[in-house]
Amino acid sequence: MVPLWMYLLVAAGLFSIGMYGVLARRNAIAILMSIELMLNAANINLVAFWRYNQPAHVSGQVFAAFVFVVAAAEVAVGLALIINIYRQRRSVVADDVDLLKW
Amino acid sequence: MELTVESLVFLLFSLITLGGALMVVTTRNLFHAALFLMLSLFGVAGLFALLTAPFLAGIQVVVYIGAIAILIIFAIMLTPQVTAVPPTNSQWIAGVVVAVVLFALLATIVTPLLSELGVEGWGAVFTEKNPPPVPADSIARLGEAFVDPQAYMLPFEVASVLLMAALVGAVMLVRPARGAEDEAPQTGAQE
Repeated sequence: MVPLWMYLLVAAGLFSIGMYGVLARRNAIAILMSIELMLNAANINLVAFWRYNQPAHVSGQVFAAFVFVVAAAEVAVGLALIINIYRQRRSVVADDVDLLKW
Repeated sequence: MELTVESLVFLLFSLITLGGALMVVTTRNLFHAALFLMLSLFGVAGLFALLTAPFLAGIQVVVYIGAIAILIIFAIMLTPQVTAVPPTNSQWIAGVVVAVVLFALLATIVTPLLSELGVEGWGAVFTEKNPPPVPADSIARLGEAFVDPQAYMLPFEVASVLLMAALVGAVMLVRPARGAEDEAPQTGAQE
């Protein structure tokens, strides 16, 4: 098999791309998609560490499955919030939702 | 690294994953971004399959590509600002800097590059190459662990309650407000 650090490197790249998306995109749905990328990077890490260190146990896969559950809940509530904001403000650009000034 | 079939497949799925992710964060059209997100998630599913986690690869395709990405596409179609111009905000340069610095830090920690260059004590070197094989009944053991009171039964039940709460919460959130009931369906129809 390829060495473990290659999987970790791919996950690091995926996480960094997602981080850029969260910081730079204007559309709230695009930000949510970037968060999905970051969650997937964490999942790759979990499964890779499970495979290379403890393949006889199931804990790594269980953790990854829980990440799936949380991601599904997060995206459902997040998209509901975004649609609600769109109804009120006619915009999904995150910069336009500036009710709370700093 | 010797060029085996496995490493070639790994390279292919990595390129699909990272290339799709790059298109997700850079493309202007949000609908195309969602399609590239599906491509990237498919690459991750391939990586799971390579890591001999077939159950997770299947779940990735069914839940992520089949449900979450479709949900995102629904949301994109309900909010017609598909092509926001410009697609990035004013702090995108800072975003690039943060992402590149983060990637450089992570890369120097996980790869054996720095220790080969002679820097000691910086990164943890993950050079494991040949782990023991996965037991053949790993999926069955995963399923048993989920319903075993000694293992993960409580987190499993809590996860189902969390999903239920998220479902009810999402439905309540997108329900039209009382009093705006005659207005909201019209806007839904014209979009």
